Amino acid sequence: MAEFKEVPADAPVTEKVTVWFENRFPTAFAEYKKHLSEYYAPKNMNWMYFFGSLALLVLVIQIVTGIFLVMHYKPDANLAFASVEYIMRDVPWGWLVRYMHSTGASAFFVVVYLHMFRGMLYGSYRKPRELVWIFGCLIFLCLMGEAFFGYLLPWGQMSYWGAQVIVNLFAAVPFVGPDLALLIRGDYVVSDATLNRFFAFHVIAIPFVLVGLVVAHLLALHDVGSNNPDGIEIKARKDANGKPLDGIPFHPYYTVHDIVGVVAFLMVFSAVVFFAPEMGGYFLEYNNFIPADPLKTPAHIAPVWYFTPYYSMLRATTDPMVNVFVIVIALATVVALLFGRFKSPVKIGIVVAALVSIALLKVFDAKFWGVVVMGGAVIIMFFLPWLDHSPVKSIRYRPGWHKILYTVFAVVMVVLGYLGIQPPSDAGTLISQVGTLFYFGFFLLMPWWSRIGEFKPVPERVTFQPH
Amino acid sequence: MKKLLLSLLAALSFGVGQVQAAGDGIAWDRFPKERVNDLAALQNGARLFANYCLNCHAAAFMRYNRLRDIGLTEEQIKDNLIFTSAKVGDLMTVAISPREAKEWFGAVPPDLTVIARSRSAAGRGSGSDYLYTFLRTYYRDETRETGWNNAAFPAVGMPHVLWELQGPQRAVFAEVKDGHGGSAQVFRGVEPIAPGKLSETAYNDAVADLVAYLTWMSEPMRSQRVRIGVWVLLFLAAFFVIAWRLNAVYWKDVK
Repeated sequence: MAEFKEVPADAPVTEKVTVWFENRFPTAFAEYKKHLSEYYAPKNMNWMYFFGSLALLVLVIQIVTGIFLVMHYKPDANLAFASVEYIMRDVPWGWLVRYMHSTGASAFFVVVYLHMFRGMLYGSYRKPRELVWIFGCLIFLCLMGEAFFGYLLPWGQMSYWGAQVIVNLFAAVPFVGPDLALLIRGDYVVSDATLNRFFAFHVIAIPFVLVGLVVAHLLALHDVGSNNPDGIEIKARKDANGKPLDGIPFHPYYTVHDIVGVVAFLMVFSAVVFFAPEMGGYFLEYNNFIPADPLKTPAHIAPVWYFTPYYSMLRATTDPMVNVFVIVIALATVVALLFGRFKSPVKIGIVVAALVSIALLKVFDAKFWGVVVMGGAVIIMFFLPWLDHSPVKSIRYRPGWHKILYTVFAVVMVVLGYLGIQPPSDAGTLISQVGTLFYFGFFLLMPWWSRIGEFKPVPERVTFQPH
Repeated sequence: MKKLLLSLLAALSFGVGQVQAAGDGIAWDRFPKERVNDLAALQNGARLFANYCLNCHAAAFMRYNRLRDIGLTEEQIKDNLIFTSAKVGDLMTVAISPREAKEWFGAVPPDLTVIARSRSAAGRGSGSDYLYTFLRTYYRDETRETGWNNAAFPAVGMPHVLWELQGPQRAVFAEVKDGHGGSAQVFRGVEPIAPGKLSETAYNDAVADLVAYLTWMSEPMRSQRVRIGVWVLLFLAAFFVIAWRLNAVYWKDVK
């Protein structure tokens, strides 16, 4: 326990009260210093760094509005749809709470996608921040689960059939698939049992894990310190007191800074909530205003926009696409054998691994590989810290064509997202196949391309223009 | 390629099964949107709705007394719009049982509370546009059990409830050469056979009122949310200036 402090009798009341608490709960004071008033953040963080605190804000919005929704929502297949309309009509301000929650879901993904892209641009996942990145990827996975489970709750047509489609993906897993799907649904079709368990996951299980991971993400971040647009470690240069020369206390500097970002974000968020809560059918799908009907399959089922890039990759994995995978693996093996300087046992290993993968690809259905591709597209993010071999962290000091490559990557994601919303078409499938190959090529070939080109020298101190 | 993809999709249980009825039919006319803010139109729409729709279709998430929002008093609602033993605070339910409805019409008449929101389709128009088209394009078709068909909703189960007002119409087909020496009948639209109680303009007007009511009912808080939204954005705009200046004051010290 810390020293017990004594206050002079004539000290002001505020000081007495503060010291009274500090003597009894020193942890709170130590943590406040560690995470806010004496957490030194680089002074050159730009607007791209708003999205971390904004993600936290959206998390709070979702939890608070979620609590109020649960007060009126009924997780029952016969009552769920009506209870949502009850919230929209009869609960005072219920419509606002509901629109905030439905818009918040999409806002969460907007903010998190931008947060992740910023991390990619400035190399925020590189040593020593690998765990920060991995916790972040786990948060992203949780978020996808949370969104998926939550989407069933309004019990509209899209809720119902979307859940049916996604659960059926698990049925594509060889051998255990059908049983696995049954276990998830709790029934042979999506039904009241499914609704109840999805409700439990959505309001208790995943939020718990999510909040825990957010805490881990922040603790790990504050241990290693924030990265910055220059990708320079500010802890490498400290003043006589051991404070980073390019660091400033998070509070008050970044708290007042983030308030600006928060207000700007809330303006966009409110514009959607108050003027376009359906967002043209992207945030609230039109079909979801029809109560779920297990006997009527909608003509076109599309997931909500934030899943569609991955959904496109799933749809792109057709039989011909599997053949393309086979050819790619065969070519990669030949290249490795011809140009790689491996010992013979390693070479034999490579050939065996290639043959086994090709055999597996041909044995199992393309449907299953589609699911593997979709899952792999998310899982591959976890390995980013070890895929990137560039000598500098930040995009600022990378060759010009790296910038183009990251731009193309972003464009490919948007195109895949767009195609995932559209009904399937021949041209769309072809484009998403090219996009899928680009996506995986971008990551899998990163150890090779990320070290090529002319890198600019990284300065010793961060670049900063005083305001 | 397409076959493979389709089989993949079918395996994942997409896209198969019945096509939603609103998925085809003719292009939609534009519903006169400004009518949603016209209280007289909404009240007339509510009258048409209670008289013509609310016997088979329910609006089971909507309470009668919400009609106060379009300028009616509880007395007016009770006297003119409730034809059952329902109380003014009750939901707009109907007595028809789903099983009977299914037997009579081949399908349970859908609930109309949020029908205007559910029928929107990207690229085609809003749900209001659809309803405005649908209620004006019924035509005589002796091949159908009800004797009616609809250009916006082919093979519709519902007969033309407003036919006395509109008067019957018939479909117009055109012969189009199919390029293989034969020809095919192509649907060109509908035309009146006999006049109804209302002129064409008056009928369009009445349907527009009814659709305005359905649109309003699908989101009765809409005008409130837009009004509040303006104030919220004004507040945030003012607060943005404060936040921005506050930030500048603090960051002045950062060299």
